[in-house]
Amino acid sequence: MMRRLLAVLHARNLEFLRDRSTLVFTLLLPFTLVIGMGFVFGGPERPLFKVGVLAEHIDPQAHPFLRERFVEFIALPEEAVALRKLTHQQIDLLLDLRAAPRYWVNTDSPKGYIVEKLLLAAAPAASRQPVGGAALRYIDWLFPGILGMNMMFSCLFGVGYVVLRYRKSGFLKRLHATPLTAFEFLSAQVLSRLGLILFVTAVLYGGIAAIIGFHSSGSILLLIPLAVIGALSMIALGLTIAARFSSEELVGGLLNLLTWPMMLLSGIWFSLEGSPRWVQWVAHIFPLTHVLDAARAVMLDGAGLAQIAPNLLFLAATALAFLAFGAWSFRWRID
Amino acid sequence: MSAPIIEVRDLVKQYPATTAVAGVSFRVPEGICFGLLGPNGAGKTTTVEIMEGILPPTSGEVRYRGEPLGARFREDAGILFQKTALQDFLTVRQSIALFRGLYSRGLAVEEVIRLCALEKLAGRDSRKLSGGQQQRLLLAIALVNDPAVLFLDEPTTGLDPQARRAFWELVQSIKARRKTIILTTHYMEEAELLCDEIVILDRGRIVAQGTPRRLLHEHFAEVLLELPRQEFPPAARALPLNILDASDRVEITTHDLEGTLRTLLEAQVPLSNLRIRPANLEDLFLELTGTELRP
Repeated sequence: MMRRLLAVLHARNLEFLRDRSTLVFTLLLPFTLVIGMGFVFGGPERPLFKVGVLAEHIDPQAHPFLRERFVEFIALPEEAVALRKLTHQQIDLLLDLRAAPRYWVNTDSPKGYIVEKLLLAAAPAASRQPVGGAALRYIDWLFPGILGMNMMFSCLFGVGYVVLRYRKSGFLKRLHATPLTAFEFLSAQVLSRLGLILFVTAVLYGGIAAIIGFHSSGSILLLIPLAVIGALSMIALGLTIAARFSSEELVGGLLNLLTWPMMLLSGIWFSLEGSPRWVQWVAHIFPLTHVLDAARAVMLDGAGLAQIAPNLLFLAATALAFLAFGAWSFRWRID
Repeated sequence: MSAPIIEVRDLVKQYPATTAVAGVSFRVPEGICFGLLGPNGAGKTTTVEIMEGILPPTSGEVRYRGEPLGARFREDAGILFQKTALQDFLTVRQSIALFRGLYSRGLAVEEVIRLCALEKLAGRDSRKLSGGQQQRLLLAIALVNDPAVLFLDEPTTGLDPQARRAFWELVQSIKARRKTIILTTHYMEEAELLCDEIVILDRGRIVAQGTPRRLLHEHFAEVLLELPRQEFPPAARALPLNILDASDRVEITTHDLEGTLRTLLEAQVPLSNLRIRPANLEDLFLELTGTELRP
């Protein structure tokens, strides 16, 4: 069995590596994405300071500091909410003018340091209360989404169309005339694509992290089993679509039918917190949602294996189910 | 007759709109070249694909060495389909090595390359081969497991005459190694040259079965006269002769050559382009089905 599987795996890898246009596209796309994102998010930020004020609304006459130029003042009536925003550096400083002036500043924030100087020039007697906390930038939050999206497209379309092409050309029919089994053939395709995806994802991670200056809060090693199991689940999902059909239009349509809801609902671009419960329920049907939830938990919140175990179990179970269904429904030839 | 290596019993293949194979039975003795002949649509590819285990029959069965087709058959069979695409971006040698890796035993890759005269092409991308070279590669792949039985489904269709002759020589060299070959073709010259025994199929049924020599002897004690169709007057069709229409000619079979010639002369049929020859397999098919063998 291993001999046959390795023969097909080797041939598939050779085919992929020699298909220059696909190879270049596969490697170039993520880098284009990295460079594009670096251009959009990596440049100097606008010189605008955001200062939260514990009040129902901002009254510029209440204090001379509230009339400073290039500072945006945001009314925040709830102290707890305001402090959380300061901790995540969504505001640069928090001011309380309801009694004797006092303020909180995030000591990890460069902008907080500067805006503090401006405040002290206008209110030298204001009392200081330091807080800490690194900034959670949108790009940091988006980063796992970009990795997951690239993985999803590579898994679904990369395997689905290859199997379809083999079937249409008659190559699958020829393989069927040998001792090779459907399970061996599909396993070789899965392993070949898995190796490629892990390589590209690792390159992408390194590239983006270097450009945007990202450091994972949790263990990067924990991301490896997550990437392996997540990719397996999505590759196997692609195989279930390509297992028996022979029409590019149909397979393309079905793959789009899967990818678009995942693009919108799996949390690539925005968080689903606050969305209706049924939307969140639907989103958790998709493997990508579990990949992204677990990746963000590790990368942003420093989660460990125990916290992401439910996601890993879901992905492993769906990988097995999809692969079994794909092998069962597999057709070697056009009916 | 030696024990059959393959036995086909009451094979039927029914599709929603048509019956491709309508109850076919035959036995293939080991070590011979067995031909399945018939025009396009006769059911020969369907029959052979059921024999190869690629298509399931609607009813009936195929036995290999007395057993239903199974893992042993897949290890022992070499197959050259009518149309096969190979994996892209692989060289000739790599394509052969891929298939060699799928069998537990067989010939060395280099030996197969030599057998099929592919030495000079071994490093070439398999997509950049000519039609004849491509067929030689597909034959090499079919031979990679040193098969006991080799299926060749219309292997020379679309090849130029030179490539066809070269391919026939290859098949004859394989025949000399006492391999059982099952060949489907609509080229009678190919069947006459290569086949020890034939089955002629028409509309999914066997219309004749035996050795080419015996079949010709049984059906043609006569000689055959050919005349260009445009030189054959319509009125002459009423003559008391056994007249058959082919595409561009009229064929007359007769035991009495002199009497037939006399009849034609009396009817003032022009004989300047008359050709007299013994019958061949193509005539046999025409005789049996009233259909030409050409695609």
